[in-house]
Amino acid sequence: MPHTALPPDDVLAGLLLAGDETAFAQVVDAWSPGMVRLARVYVSTEDSAAEVVQEAWLAVVRSIATFAGRSSLRTWVYRIVANIARRRGGREARTVPASSLGAGPGTDDAGPGTGDTGGPTVDPARFAAPGHPFAGHWQQPPAPWPGPEQALLAAEVRAEVAAALAGLPARQRVVITLRDVHGYDSAEVCSILEISVANQRVLLHRARAAVRLRLERYFDHAAARAAEEVP
Amino acid sequence: MTDPAEPSNEPVDHLACNELVELVTVFLEGDLDPATERRVIDHISLCDGCDLYVDQVRQTTDVLAGLSGGAPLSPADRERLLATFRDSSG
Ligand SMILES: [Zn+2]
Repeated sequence: MPHTALPPDDVLAGLLLAGDETAFAQVVDAWSPGMVRLARVYVSTEDSAAEVVQEAWLAVVRSIATFAGRSSLRTWVYRIVANIARRRGGREARTVPASSLGAGPGTDDAGPGTGDTGGPTVDPARFAAPGHPFAGHWQQPPAPWPGPEQALLAAEVRAEVAAALAGLPARQRVVITLRDVHGYDSAEVCSILEISVANQRVLLHRARAAVRLRLERYFDHAAARAAEEVP
Repeated sequence: MTDPAEPSNEPVDHLACNELVELVTVFLEGDLDPATERRVIDHISLCDGCDLYVDQVRQTTDVLAGLSGGAPLSPADRERLLATFRDSSG
């Protein structure tokens, strides 16, 4: 959907500060869909996400005078969305265990391979043990996955991935959703979440490994079922 | 398969598969230093298990990309916002 290019940030901020309604309508239309997606990462319903975005725009209107141009205006607005949505998501008791909503490192450890830091992301038992001539090499390598050609399979696979996302520790879920679902780049995600490049990468790495593992188990079960059905 | 521009007999410090799987993300981000990147590519070219693993991580991100949604604001929400903006900047 093409919309007229937005003016540069300093001009735009000045227009908003001056109460220019056309400029406000322009940014609302340009950024709200992305803001809804961002909010949806933290809250459990579309309605909540829409409310977060409303609240965020009101906060933007109230505090536009404090925009100092250290980040882009869009990033500044997105941070406001993330903060409001995070607070609200914390209040909604959603599927994420309360312990994983903390922001500090080490609070996301929910078992082997699922924490934010340390530990291998692939079960060590799948590799030859130390001392073995092929130590560290695959003993149980991945099996090929079927192509996603069947529509039914594709829908099931999407549902499986969505369930895997919902089960991730909160910080991993936020990072992988922004990066892989919504296509933000690494710099944007670091800026919006105010985390380091290294931290972002660890969270993304662990999250992707967990989602891949879930798909692997799904395909393994599907293959086992298919084998049983063959007379 | 050797690149004629590169000496083919330089000692190669081989990665183990369990090391490679922890480099997949930084590899896909394109953030590895050139020497390590080459070790990863060399390993993948020789190891079906790791080739498949990296490909499955890519397939996983493809499925994730297909989950994208995100709707524009409802007309009522949009109108309410514009009205608030109008009032607040009186
Ligand atoms: Zn390997």
